Amino acid sequence: MIISGWGMYPKIESTVLRFETEQALANLIGEYYGLVPRGNGRSYGDSALSPVTVDVKPKNYFLSFDESSGLLHVQAGALLSDILEIFVPKGWFLKITPGTKLITVGGAIASDVHGKNHHIEGCFSESVKEFRIVTANGTIINCNRESTPDLWKATCGGMGLTGVILDAKIYLKKIKSQYINQVTIKTKNLKETFDAFEEFKDKPYSVAWIDCLAKGNAMGKSLLMVGDFSGEGGLGYQLKPQKTIPFNFPSFTLNKLSVKAFNELYYGKVRKKVTKQQVDIDAFFYPLDAIGHWNRIYGKNGFTQYQFILPKVHSYDGLKEILATIADSGKGSFLAVLKLYGKANQNWLSFPLEGYSLALDFKIEKGIFQLLDMLDRIVLKYGGRIYLTKDVRVSRKTFEKGYPQIDTFRQFRKEHGMDKKFQSLQSKRVGI
Amino acid sequence: MSYILIIGAKSDIAKAIAREYANHGYDLYLAARNVAELKDFASDLRIRTGKKVKTLDLDILDFESHRIFYENLEEKPGGVVSAVGYLGDQEKAQSDFQETKLIIETNYTGVASIFNIIANDYEQRKSGFMVGISSVAGDRGRKSNYLYGSAKAALTAYLSGLRNRLHNANVHVMTVKPGFVRTKMTAGMNLPARLTAEPEEVARDVFRAQQKRKNVLYTKWIWKWIMLVIRMIPEWQFKKMSI
Ligand SMILES: Cc1cc2nc3c(=O)[nH]c(=O)nc-3n(C[C@H](O)[C@H](O)[C@H](O)COP(=O)(O)OP(=O)(O)OC[C@H]3O[C@@H](n4cnc5c(N)ncnc54)[C@H](O)[C@@H]3O)c2cc1C
Ligand SMILES: NC(=O)c1ccc[n+]([C@@H]2O[C@H](COP(=O)([O-])OP(=O)(O)OC[C@H]3O[C@@H](n4cnc5c(N)ncnc54)[C@H](OP(=O)(O)O)[C@@H]3O)[C@@H](O)[C@H]2O)c1
Repeated sequence: MIISGWGMYPKIESTVLRFETEQALANLIGEYYGLVPRGNGRSYGDSALSPVTVDVKPKNYFLSFDESSGLLHVQAGALLSDILEIFVPKGWFLKITPGTKLITVGGAIASDVHGKNHHIEGCFSESVKEFRIVTANGTIINCNRESTPDLWKATCGGMGLTGVILDAKIYLKKIKSQYINQVTIKTKNLKETFDAFEEFKDKPYSVAWIDCLAKGNAMGKSLLMVGDFSGEGGLGYQLKPQKTIPFNFPSFTLNKLSVKAFNELYYGKVRKKVTKQQVDIDAFFYPLDAIGHWNRIYGKNGFTQYQFILPKVHSYDGLKEILATIADSGKGSFLAVLKLYGKANQNWLSFPLEGYSLALDFKIEKGIFQLLDMLDRIVLKYGGRIYLTKDVRVSRKTFEKGYPQIDTFRQFRKEHGMDKKFQSLQSKRVGI
Repeated sequence: MSYILIIGAKSDIAKAIAREYANHGYDLYLAARNVAELKDFASDLRIRTGKKVKTLDLDILDFESHRIFYENLEEKPGGVVSAVGYLGDQEKAQSDFQETKLIIETNYTGVASIFNIIANDYEQRKSGFMVGISSVAGDRGRKSNYLYGSAKAALTAYLSGLRNRLHNANVHVMTVKPGFVRTKMTAGMNLPARLTAEPEEVARDVFRAQQKRKNVLYTKWIWKWIMLVIRMIPEWQFKKMSI
């Protein structure tokens, strides 16, 4: 079967294995080498690509829920959207959610994903009590921070390279309403944007859309959106019908679209410097999910997302240099996402650290990888790192420099026979 | 709302039907052999739908146990769906009578046994519905699977007679004849995509048809016409064919 990540690049032939029972999965792991687990394929690049993949998505049962503590026991293939559909009407929400709800619980743990509240609540693993994982020799381990701390630190953020997660116990959080009180702040340049992040850092959720084409004095011009759950409006959450992009879009229309969307907001809807609105969960957390297959708008050659993070002390200088380089190149999506992060956790390969991260899309085209290599050099110069779950091209050298605990991870994999069993195109490229 | 009893609940088709009924507000009795394997499925249904889901051990070949099984149900189900079936190995069965017997008893005798008991109760109550999953294979015997086909033919005739008998008691009986369905039973077979249904599709059809009190349901619908044609082929010609 031909598979690819969300960026539709690269596309590879893979034997996709499925399993009924845990024993059957253990047998598959015994039989094959170089396999990688796969959730909903929403990682952008080659994290979930390998000639042999294990499809975990059909394993999507809810096993138990404790109303008093909000602890949900769920199989690893369940989508976050399944959880929302069932639990939002009962007054529960995910403690941590990325910008799409169309990912599996297993994928959320493996990438140790984060959301708009990272600066307060941290990564997805922070909401996980424990999980069960089938490791390289086929045994099932009940993994938690206390009894198997190394396996925990290797697996959360470990990109599926320590085994196949079967199920997990995760804490949900109580909400009173499915609405969010959103405040949008219009900023004129990077300095103002940073100041606004600091000013609103007590708000539980925050993220900015930044205009990547703005140059000179206007560089860093953004719309910062912060929010908090409302107490009113009710819990009537329902899945909405999706619009879908039915074919690969000619990519020249894309920038036009996003330019239009941003400008409409920047110059139109958001007239004042600060505006307030009440929006629902889907509009606030998952705006892109409203359009199915939006990845097709970049055309059939696909695209990649470049996401890096810089330590706070260097964020301002680093971002200025990078934004200038991008604006000069004339490449890249017009819109990028900027966010302030909180402290890093203990996991060996988790992406977040205290500082600012920028994420933007690049269509796969001539010259693009040279440009990204150039950006890599700036990121390294300022002590930053690249997010593996978005990546499809970073070199081993660049990757290693950003992750000081990489050798601990490598050593752990070797010791437990994971290095030969579990491999992705990405793990081979960056040598982990 | 009332309980629906699903017999052979580990079948992929049965699971999809269980989901369909629970989504429409029914509580469920899930009956199967080695029912412990349904524990996770049952939890999932409970959490997703908030409905009551009980799992019960039932071996369709243990005829003697059927009466007690039904008597032990505290609240009698408002309807029953049987999905038990066994395709078996036609070639093996031709020379091994144990296999022949297993095919016949699983697809027919066992279902007749439990349906008799439930039918008597429903007839007295003057309410309830009964759905039996037979097969298009029962519409005409073919060399490739006539042992399975003949057992399904018996089931089809049984359901038709039962429908006739219970009509005056206001108890509805529906015969379901799936064509190809992508399930454990057909895993590894090379099925023509356009004629093959997903279990969820069968489940939707079954629920809708049962609510409308249809008598015989072909699913996918096109099988009705395919089987019409196949039944019309004259026997002198049919006997020479390989289909
Ligand atoms: C529109 C969009 C917005 C996004 N926003 C954010 C964001 O805000 N923050 C953020 O952090 N990420 C974000 N992401 C990235 C996404 O959350 C991650 O890539 C996530 O890991 C995808 O999960 P998946 O189930 O699709 O897994 P896949 O893409 O299939 O796999 C991702 C990785 O998880 C591993 N994996 C999957 N299942 C298992 C399992 N059961 N056991 C072990 N390993 C497993 C795979 O091997 C692979 O390495 C976004 C992605 C998209 C498309
Ligand atoms: N799939 C198709 O293409 C197709 C086409 C036409 C008709 N059908 C019919 O549809 C129904 C459902 O089949 P399916 O495709 O979902 O296949 P399936 O998964 O094989 O279902 C058959 C079920 O019958 C159960 N069963 C067999 N012997 C039993 C016994 N002694 N006691 C209790 N349960 C027993 C099996 O239980 P275990 O899990 O314990 O083995 C299994 O769950 C069957 O009646 C089948 O004949 C299927």
